[in-house]
Formats: sequence, C-alpha cells, structure tokens
Amino acid sequence: MYISYNWLKDFVELDLPPQELADRLTLAGIAVESVTGLGEGIEKVVTGQIETISPHPNADKLVITQVNTGTEKLQIVTAATNVGKSDIVPVALVGAKLAGGFVIKRAKLRGVESLGMMCSGQELGIDPKTMPADQAHGIMILPPGTPLGRDAKEVLGLNDYILELDLTPNRGDCLSVIGVAREVAALLGRPLRLAEPAFPELEEKIDGQVQVDIEAPDLCPRYIARLIKNVRIGRSPLWMQSRLRSAGMRPISNIVDVTNYVMLEMGQPLHAFDYDLLVDHQLIVRRAGDKEKMVSLDDVTRELNPDMIAITDPSGPVAVAGIMGGLTSEVTEKTTAILLESAYFNPVSIRRASKALGLRSEASIRFEKGIDIGGCLRAINRAAQLICEMGAGEVVSGTVDNYISPYKEKTVLFRPARAAYVLGMEVTKNKAAEILTGLQFKTQDAGENLLVTVPSHRADVSNEEDLIEEVARLYGYHQVPTTLPYGPTTHGTKTKEQLFRTLIADTLAGTGFNEVVTYSFTHPRVFDLMHIPGDSPLRNTINIQNPLSEEHSIMRTMLLPGLLEVLAKNFSRRVQSGAIFEPGKIFIPAGAGVAEERKVLAAAAMGQADGGWNTPPRELDFYFMKGALENLFQVLGTATATFHPESTDPSFHPGRTALIKAGGRRLGIIGELHPQVLEKFELPERVVAFEIDLEALFFVSGQPRVYRPLPKFPGIERDLALVVKKETPAADILEAIRNTGGELLSTVALFDIYRGEQVPEGYQSIAFKLKYQAGDRTLTDAEVSELTAAIAAKLSARFGAELRG
Amino acid sequence: MKYNPSLQGRIFYFTKNIILTYTMQGVDLVEEKLRIIDHDARQAMAKAESLEELNEIRLKYLGKKGELTQVLRGMGALSAAERPRIGLVANEVRASIDHELAGRTNMLKELAVGLRLKAEGIDVTMPGVPVFRGGRHPLSIVTEEIQTFFLGLGYSIADGPEIETDYYNFEALNLPKDHPARDMQDTFFISDETLLRTHTSPVQVRTMEKTAPGLPVKIIVPGKVYRRDDDATHSPMFSQVEGLAIDRRITFSDLKGTLNLFLKEMFGPETKTRFRPSYFPFTEPSAEVDISCVMCGGKGCRVCSHTGWLEILGCGMVHPRVLEVSGYNAEQVTGFAFGMGVERITMLKYGIDDLRVLFDNDLRFLQQF
Repeated sequence: MYISYNWLKDFVELDLPPQELADRLTLAGIAVESVTGLGEGIEKVVTGQIETISPHPNADKLVITQVNTGTEKLQIVTAATNVGKSDIVPVALVGAKLAGGFVIKRAKLRGVESLGMMCSGQELGIDPKTMPADQAHGIMILPPGTPLGRDAKEVLGLNDYILELDLTPNRGDCLSVIGVAREVAALLGRPLRLAEPAFPELEEKIDGQVQVDIEAPDLCPRYIARLIKNVRIGRSPLWMQSRLRSAGMRPISNIVDVTNYVMLEMGQPLHAFDYDLLVDHQLIVRRAGDKEKMVSLDDVTRELNPDMIAITDPSGPVAVAGIMGGLTSEVTEKTTAILLESAYFNPVSIRRASKALGLRSEASIRFEKGIDIGGCLRAINRAAQLICEMGAGEVVSGTVDNYISPYKEKTVLFRPARAAYVLGMEVTKNKAAEILTGLQFKTQDAGENLLVTVPSHRADVSNEEDLIEEVARLYGYHQVPTTLPYGPTTHGTKTKEQLFRTLIADTLAGTGFNEVVTYSFTHPRVFDLMHIPGDSPLRNTINIQNPLSEEHSIMRTMLLPGLLEVLAKNFSRRVQSGAIFEPGKIFIPAGAGVAEERKVLAAAAMGQADGGWNTPPRELDFYFMKGALENLFQVLGTATATFHPESTDPSFHPGRTALIKAGGRRLGIIGELHPQVLEKFELPERVVAFEIDLEALFFVSGQPRVYRPLPKFPGIERDLALVVKKETPAADILEAIRNTGGELLSTVALFDIYRGEQVPEGYQSIAFKLKYQAGDRTLTDAEVSELTAAIAAKLSARFGAELRG
Repeated sequence: MKYNPSLQGRIFYFTKNIILTYTMQGVDLVEEKLRIIDHDARQAMAKAESLEELNEIRLKYLGKKGELTQVLRGMGALSAAERPRIGLVANEVRASIDHELAGRTNMLKELAVGLRLKAEGIDVTMPGVPVFRGGRHPLSIVTEEIQTFFLGLGYSIADGPEIETDYYNFEALNLPKDHPARDMQDTFFISDETLLRTHTSPVQVRTMEKTAPGLPVKIIVPGKVYRRDDDATHSPMFSQVEGLAIDRRITFSDLKGTLNLFLKEMFGPETKTRFRPSYFPFTEPSAEVDISCVMCGGKGCRVCSHTGWLEILGCGMVHPRVLEVSGYNAEQVTGFAFGMGVERITMLKYGIDDLRVLFDNDLRFLQQF
C-alpha cells in the first residue's frame, strides 16, 4: 500500500518530516517499509509548449522544435515521435537534473544547437507502468491549458513523499488515505478533517430508472447504485492522475480514475457500468451458478462457481462482485450514462473467489479484509462530487440503497484495571478515553470503566483485548516498563529423553560426524533408489496434497536416503570424504491423515578420515562406523548390544551388514550400502551407514553406572593367537573365551587378524589379549597358564581352532 | 704397627708424596693415605666428563674393591687406640668424596639433559595429528543456546507433532477457516483436516490443554515447521522456537523484560530492542521485536536496509480466546507467547547471507561450526 504524504495533508494537518511520520506510524503498528521522495534529484524542469516543428537539415530522425517556456523560447532538437505542434510537455532546461542523475547540457545535434530536452515520464522518475499506454515510452504530454513555465515537479505532483506500508491483515481500514490519516490524527492528537461530499443533482430522479435486487443478502448486505448521465469520457485532471500514479495506479479515463481515486482515498472499491448496456437497467446480486461463464474486462472467459457473487442483469453476469467487471457492460469512449456501484461484499466469499479465479485486484484486496459498510454511501457521493467537479457527467438525483442488514453498533467495556493487569502498566481512564476518541471510537463513562462504541470502519475490534491493544499501541509500547515474571520457582531442565538426544548428537559430533538437516519431505523415486521392494510397507507414505514439486511430495519413511543424497551432493562437488548424521523424524501412516512420528537416528560416511604428515589416513569403513556406534552405546549406558549378520536387506551389502540388537530389542541396522544403490545415488564405491530407532535405543540406554573398586593385586596378561576358519564369527570366539575364562578373566580384546603366508587358505589367524585378575590375591603363573590352556582347548573343541606360534 | 707391603706399594706410585713413605709410619701413614685418596678422588671426579666416567671413578675409590675400602680393610693392623682416630678420618674422607660425587653428578646430569634437549628440538610449527571430529549443525547450536537460556529461567522444553490438525494449527489459535491471516502462512495440506504445521504454536494449546487448570506453564518449543514457500529467503521447512508463559499476573511488561534479557544474551549486552505493535490472531496485544542491527550497531547498513533495526521475533499476550479453548479462565490467568525463526538468528549470529546454505549440508560449510 502506497500513501502520498501530500494526500494525507488533505485530511490532517501535517508538519513533521515524512521520515519522522513514518517512524511514528511504525511504532504504532502501521509499519512503514520505506519513504520515497518522488521528485528527488530532479531540478530545472518546467512546462513548455511546442510552437513549431521543422525538419532537421542533416538528420532524418531528428526534428527541430521551438518551445515556449513562458519566459523564453528555446530551440530543442529531439528524436521524439509522439509530440505535435502546441503540445505542452515537461522541458528540462540547460543545467537540469533528471532521474538517475542525468544532467542536461547545451548541445549541438548534427550541427544544430539544442537548448534543453523534452522529458518522458521515466526521465522524471515516474514508473512507465503508471503512464498512459501511448506515453509509456515517449515524451509525456500534459493536458491542454497547463500553464507554461511552471515547475514540472509541482504540476506533476512530484514534490511529494510516498510511504510504503506493510499492513497487518487485520488493518484493512488502513488501505485508504483517510484510514491512515485517521491513525495520524490520533497519533498527533490533531483533528481529522472530513467534509461531507457536496454536489449538484439533476432534477430527474433515479427512481424507476434503476432496479437492484439482492438475492444473496448473506454475501451482499448492502448495495448502492447511482446514475450519472451526460457522461463525457475523457482524461482525468492532472492532479488526479498524479495521485493515482503516486499509489502505483495507471490513469485510464475520467470515470475509471474517479472510481479508483475514491477507492484509494476512502477504501471503498467502486464499479462503473455502462448504464445503457445493462439489460432492463436491472441488476441482480446473486450467487453465481456452477460453471456459469462471464467474459471479464480483460477479455478472458471466466468460469464461476456458487461461492462467488455475480452481479447480473437479466441476460447474465455483468461482473464478478468485488473482483472484476464484465466486458459487456464496460465503460468505453461511447458511454454516455453510467451506473455506479458501491457495495459491501462478504470478505470470505471474495477471498475464495479471488483464489479460485487467480485474480487479486485492488478491489478484492480491500473487500476480503472487510470494508466499512457504514461508508458505502459517502464513497459513492464522493465519486459523484468528483465527476461533477471535473465536468465528466451529471448526477441523477438520489440513490438506490439496498441496505439489508444495517451495521449494528458494537459496544465493548474497557476496564483500566484489566488493562493494567495485562500490560503491567497503569493506564488512566482519561488517557484511554483520549486515545480511543482520537481513533473515532465513542466512549462513555461507566463508573471506573469506559463503555466504548466501535465505529463501523473498525470491524477488527470486538472485545476488550482489542481495545487494550489500541490503547497500548497509541500510548507506545516503549512506555511499557520491563519486568520479569514473579511467582513460584519452576524446575527448568531437560527431560531424560531430551538429555539423551543431546548426548547422542554431541557424542557423534565428537567422533567425526557432522550433523545435517534434511527436509522431512522427499520424492517417491527414493524407494527405487534404495531397492525397496514394491510391496514394502516403507512405500506406504503420507502424501502432501499441494506439494511445491514432486521432489518434496511425500513424507519420508526412512531417514537414510536423505543422508545419502547429502553425501552424493558433496561427492559431486569433490568433497569426497566425510561422516554425517541426523536425528530426525520419519512419518508412518496411522489411519486417515494421521501419522506416527518416529524419532530415528541415521548416519553415513564415505572416504577417509584425513591423516597427517605422521599419521596415515583412516578408512571410514564398516568398522569405523561400528566403533563410533559402540562408543555411542558406551556413552549412553546402553545394554550390551549385539551385531547379527544380515544379508537380506535390499539396500545393503549382503556380506557387510548387521542388525543391531540390545536388551532384547531390535535397534536398527548398520552396514555398507549395496553397490547398486550407491550407483543410483551416484556415490563412490563404498559408503557405510546406520539407522537406529531412537525410542528403542532410549529404552535400553541409561543403565546405571556402578563403581567397581580398582584392582589391589597385579593382573597378568597373555596373548592367544589361533587359526580358525575365516567364517567363524569373532563374537562367538569372544563369547567362548569369556565363558571359559570366568571371573578371573577380567578383559579380552581382539588385537590382530592375519591372513596370508603361514595360514592355510580359507583360514585366518586371530589374536586376543587376555587379562587375568583376581580381586583377593595375586594370581600365579601356573593358574593363568592353566586357564589359558583351558580356553585354548575349548576353542579347539568348539571351532577347531589351532593354537598358533 | 705392622708394615703393610701392599699399602706401601700403592703409595709408592704417588711420587708427589714419596717422601712420606719413608718418613711416616703406622697410624700417621694410614691417615695420610686417606687424605691422599680424598684429594685424588675429588680431583679425578672434577675432571670426569661423563656420568659413566664418574661412575668408574666412584668404583675406583669407593667400590667394593676401591682404594678407600682397601685402606679401611687394612685398619685391622692398627691398635684399638688408633682405630677411632682413623675411623673419624675415614668418615670425613668418605663424606668429602660423596659430596664431590653428588655435586659432579648433578652437574653432569644437567649437562647431559642440556645436551639431550638441544639434540631433541622439533619443529613446533608443524601441524598436530588431525583429530577426526565433526560438529553440530549451526541451527542445532543456536537452538541449544536458546534452550539453555530459557531452561535457566525455569522453562521446560515441550514438543508436538509436525503433522498437525487444522484445529491445533489454526482454529484453536483463533484462526478460523477463511481468516485472512491464514494467508500469512501458506500451508502444505495432508488432508482437509491435517497439514504440516506452519508454526510451533499448536504446541501452546496442546500443552495448556494437558496442564489446565494447573499453573504456571512455562515452556519453550523448538521444532521444524513448514510453509509453502521456496525462494532465496524462504525454505519450505524451517525451524522455530516458541515460548509460552501462563500464570496469574503475567504482563506485557514481563514479556518485554524476558525478551530484552534473552536478546542481550543472544546478541550481546549492547543490543537494543524495540517493540512494535503488530498482529497475530493468537496474541493481543501483539508485537514484533526488532534488535539494533548486529552488523552496524544501529547506524544503518545493507543488512538492516539502512534502518538500524532487524526484525527478530513476534510475540504478544496470549489471546483470551486461546486461553479459554485451552481450559483457562482468561479473566484470572494471563500469559505471553513468542516465536522466533532459528534460521534468521543463526544467519545473524554467524554472518550467513544465504539461507540456502543452511539446508545444503555442504561439509565444507558444516565443518566451520
């Protein structure tokens, strides 16, 4: 919304600088985005009349003009083609400055002296979109009779500032100059100057000449019509054109300009029909029929629906109420009588219609916010006044005013004590009354309180809180003190589960993983990329009805693909190594439109951890991932986790994948991705990953930590190297060692695997470090040797393991 | 006194004292020998160049077969009356040699350490062994910071579904169907009645419903939210932190005080704040909060569009209708709510000028945090 500073001055006395006014408004809740000086930087441009045009002796595309600027006659050479003799144009004199810092100098054009330049709108900083079509790219032509030698900025209303407002959706009343002037008046404590429109009316009466029937009073509680005859369509006066331009609108013709002007000034959209083209001079306001058609002003056939309000004559729709007029009754140069409409349309209906038609007009924007139903008559009279003043037509006496459900005044109690309770600041009754009266509310004493009557232009105000806000915002939020709540102490802490999640993220971050944030929605191709079978429940997704694109059209049922996409994107940018993780939600359908939102943790890694000048790089392989996970389990106090070879998951490498279990629950899966999956994601040859259910992990974590006294007696270490079949799972050997070693075996660690020379094909050497320890004595060599021999015997019996070396 | 030929033989070599051999006898001779050992040993030690050499000297004089030991062994030949005197001298000599030995040992050790240190110098400017570390996402870091502040004020952290019903996302927040303010939040729909939440505010109502009529309610709600927008300054998924405090006598001034404190904590003690009236259907009075620009300190720059201010969050007093639908008596109970975009705060804190890098997950970006 653009508001002209000068236009505001019509209604309220203003002396503070535009920027200061903007700041005051912003701090009162009418946010001003920017303040622009219209003619800023433009100097020495005056009005001048072209007296003669003659050909240039040396150039076909140039002409020589003599221009009268009132005080002198200037020879100006121009290439412009849209000017003619006696046109009045803006003339930039020698030394003039134009938009964009362009400076005019005395010049010789192909040998002929030129003492200035005729200007286009753009050269004066006017947006070409707001220029008449024929002048958008040529010289600006001013109306005949424009005085000569005058400052063009003044003539064109360019000595003005434009305030660009960013209004909140509740303040439809400020979509007008008067609405903003009302705020300004209240803010500055000055009167709002509103004059009742006055204009002559013809003897003849409207009665019998116009009939309006409202068949949908719920959608249109008020419809006013006025009849204007002897219409002379032409251009509107320059001052009106300038003001329309200042609001970003293009002047079209005197009648259309008047309707727009009144809309900008008062917030009431008006519509003008060609009276003679309305069948039977009758208007019916009704719901549109399903798929009813109308050709709109822009010559597009529109399909209507019963949510929309159609203004029709007996032959069919002539306008979609509040949105756009129809072509059949358009006001044209031939029009001699018009029917003016000023009505109130249901905001919801307009909003829906505007959405359905994909049309947002200046009118619909205002109707959908709710216009002032009490102001319809004033607005149509203001239009009649302007039409009379510019001699564009004569007003037939009277109106047709179908006001089916008149505005009922709302009264709301304002209690200063309640305001203090909410604001934490005393507001006296008198101060509140002063502020509310300034905004044109009526107030009446009711003991300690005020009985407040809400004016019809403030449809957004309906309860006491609304009034408290009005008072607070005009009083100024900066006046409200700053305090802290007092009351009983509350326990501010993370829950165990929240701490658990923080610990996971911090631990993974500390062991090489970077946290990523990926979108919760994904694309349906993801399942094929992951080799998910057609009948997998993972393909049963929650779908977005109105996605931005297919890329973001379904809610994810797996976290891992998003991580693989992240790695792939990095890989394509030659970032070839890295480990990432994300704690996130997956969305599993659980009945109509309802989802089970499951918290999941996924991680993925590719490439190597950088080595240094004295350390080799480390592969980010399965065992890296497993180590990170084991460390995480350790930190979380997770019950002993076991890893079970898994060869059936289609996304993973069948020989390098394990299911993770702990405390009798399945936690998730860890493994190297299937090479064909990697190929589809355009990932390198090896990527490892895990995905874990966080709720299951939480359930088996947080085991209490119990102190074990430090050993008082020295322990004894023994190494045990065995040759076993390659397929023998290390976990089984470890378990057998532990079981046989019993209590005296305090720790056992696998420290070496060797295949190759000296080890038969199909076998491997596997070496453990065993540490024996007793709590009550120093173990003897004999004891330890015996135990180690027993372990070796057990392994030999169970796995056919042969002691090595 | 017996003549000890071996002793005499030894002494013979010390030409300097040769005369003594002939002029002294018995106990005097023994004493003199001891003195000579003392002198010689100390002199030898003083010349020792290494700990090994020093050790050899020690062995030569003090060892089991050393000279001093030898002399003392010969004391058997002395009379009982003479022995104490020689014993005294022997102790003196022993202490004297030990003293010299200790001094020389220390000196040589220091010398040796010095040499070792000199030889062992490394280039300390060479890089250390790289630690393989990752990091939290900047959005998580900032969310944690926000949480930490409010936990300190006694707030707890609440959570709610991301697929939300129209009721909790809109209706209960005083946003009935066809409310124009729904346009402020373009919504992804799952069905007619379910959607991706457009803000974390539904958790306000969910939490109040569970707690009412219990007081106070003090929560913050970090979470992902979704709006149908995707351009240079909008992401279809982004992060918010919502705050809610409900009690008797919670005031707008409390809201101002709380947020002032918070914003100074987040952006530094010099941060100025500005509360501007605004509109949210679920709060009234409502405000937008601006902070003095973190880049220019309020002088005006490109980041703040030369206004000196940056819009940072929205807030207000919980609308009585929201309190009522959540089960509170709005006449007695008041509260404030606020909501902020974590992306914006993150961008301002780290000087990130492109929203999209936050969701791009380029490791070169992530590794900066």
